[in-house]
Amino acid sequence: MYIYDEIDQTMVDQRVNQFRDQVRRRIAGELSEDEFKPLRLMNGVYLQLHAYMLRVAIPYGTLSAEQMRKLAWIARKYDRGYGHFTTRQNLQYNWPKLEELPDLLAELASVQMHALQTSGNCIRNVTADQYAGVAADEVIDPRIHAEIIRQWSTLHPEFTFLPRKFKIAVTGDQKDRAAVKVHDIGLIVKRNAAGELGFEVIVGGGLGRTPMVGPSIRDFLPERHLLSYLEAVLRVYNQLGRRDNMYKARIKILVHETGAEKFTEMVEREWEQIRDTAVELPAGERERVAAFFNPPLYDAAGDAAETLTRHIAGDAAFAHWADTNLAPHKADGYAIANISLKPIGGVPGDASAEQMDAVAALAERFSFSEIRVTHEQNLVLPHVRQDELYAVWQTLKAYDLDTPNLGLVSDMIACPGMDYCALANARSIPLAQEISARFADLDRQHDIGELKLKISGCINACGHHHVGHIGILGVDRKGEEYYQITLGGSGAEDATLGDIVGPAFPYDKVVNAIETLVDTYLDVRSDGERFLDTYRRLGADPFKEALYDAN
Amino acid sequence: MTQQVISANRLGDGIVVYLAADDSWCEFIAGSVIALDEATAAALLVTATQAAQDQVVIDPYLIDVAEIDGEVRPTKYRELIRATGPSIRPDLSKQNYLPETGTHDIGTQGN
Repeated sequence: MYIYDEIDQTMVDQRVNQFRDQVRRRIAGELSEDEFKPLRLMNGVYLQLHAYMLRVAIPYGTLSAEQMRKLAWIARKYDRGYGHFTTRQNLQYNWPKLEELPDLLAELASVQMHALQTSGNCIRNVTADQYAGVAADEVIDPRIHAEIIRQWSTLHPEFTFLPRKFKIAVTGDQKDRAAVKVHDIGLIVKRNAAGELGFEVIVGGGLGRTPMVGPSIRDFLPERHLLSYLEAVLRVYNQLGRRDNMYKARIKILVHETGAEKFTEMVEREWEQIRDTAVELPAGERERVAAFFNPPLYDAAGDAAETLTRHIAGDAAFAHWADTNLAPHKADGYAIANISLKPIGGVPGDASAEQMDAVAALAERFSFSEIRVTHEQNLVLPHVRQDELYAVWQTLKAYDLDTPNLGLVSDMIACPGMDYCALANARSIPLAQEISARFADLDRQHDIGELKLKISGCINACGHHHVGHIGILGVDRKGEEYYQITLGGSGAEDATLGDIVGPAFPYDKVVNAIETLVDTYLDVRSDGERFLDTYRRLGADPFKEALYDAN
Repeated sequence: MTQQVISANRLGDGIVVYLAADDSWCEFIAGSVIALDEATAAALLVTATQAAQDQVVIDPYLIDVAEIDGEVRPTKYRELIRATGPSIRPDLSKQNYLPETGTHDIGTQGN
């Protein structure tokens, strides 16, 4: 993991002190709310329906056990005993008090954490593949470059007041678990024919009210040019992005309206001018950062795989979990263990302080003190010996963290919705809970297979509904909650946007509608087809027919 | 005219509050002063705006309410959730949340 140097720590500590003074001035009446609002937002502090909300940055979704313990401690001391992991791999506290926020931020700083650039029209927290460094097929750990981008973009003076927020995601694997094609910039680390390291650069993806799958504007950018090329993209955007209309201000609109080809030409032209003079990493800096992401010293595999096989044979419930929630690790004798934050009927992405402490303890004992947060609102223990998985699972079970549903229908993304969010038009979480309860039978879920269901409570699409195999969007119809259903979306390497299937449903009809869609799929699928495959083969007609005849 | 009350968030902790008859701010909508006509609503808004300028509350605004079985309830669902807490966490509702007892230590998720 990356460890702060003196510059990082000083900068974060200074920001805490600066914010402490800003809060003092606000409470003393020296700053009005209009003056204070942009300052608090720069520190991740929002005002939501019930209280302030603090969004804590978790750079590229990597946390140490110590940091997770601190998040749990903060949840108890400054919040109401829990936190919410988000689709940008961050954590949100829903009830902090403004007057206590400076102390809270100081506690975060003590474990090298902060809430900078989790709001505002700047480059936001960089996200990455949650299997970074451990995925069996990975080219290189994408966190090396995600960290370099984090350092470059933090408090970047030129890019602090962009036309709109700007999100960058990085993956080092051809299998896309970071949704790179629906980010402002998506980077895929790859090697060219000569074996040199570089990036495919995707620009202008995004969700929200105008969803777009981003076009690839460069198939191969040599690694050494990463920052100058990003700077060129950001410069073109900063100059030409629509500042007159916030709904058209994201880079996706600029790319779309300019045309990908012309936009690319503009970026390349800008880049030609700055590529040899723009900021470059000092000699040795790339290696310095990379060293933080060296793999841990794995033990010899020994008979770990045989022990795992024996545990699986001896416990059907563990076998179920192992079958669903484990992923192959690049080191012999190890596995990637996914921890579902989607218990049947639970709140997607919420974790209690006790659960956070339990995961921290497991990471310390079994996973080199490392934890990952996924954009699908789950947690990961990235390095677990196969012969220790059974012990890990038993602890997870004791904390209601053992739901074997990764990638299944109950493993939903859901934004906070109208239960917390000031922007929402409809509730998301209770709907997710009801759908989860309807499909509680895990055998049934396994029979249905991979099904990515994603729910947003408004058009801002924090729940990624556009890229759900089934997407649900909450809308307000004369004060009533209605839900529009989309089908056929994907946020993976085969990214597509879902199609609206027909008229929206009132709240109490949605769960039945989802069940109708799933039953239709089961009726018409071919062997081995996922829901998404069946939809792509047959189109919307059979689903539409079943949906509007039955409901 | 629809009955209206004034709601806002308290500056220090962000908690939802309502303007009471004595110009103080209370956490429960039951304690709010109800405007039955537009002139009263406008007068209440003036008082509330002054409270915002005095750094007591943030962004006060009028919400529609109705009295049902003697109970004041917001007519819009969003405001009902603000008045009662997240619908998915009754343990965190204003009626139930008791920080001093530690009842918020949920241990498990969901309802």
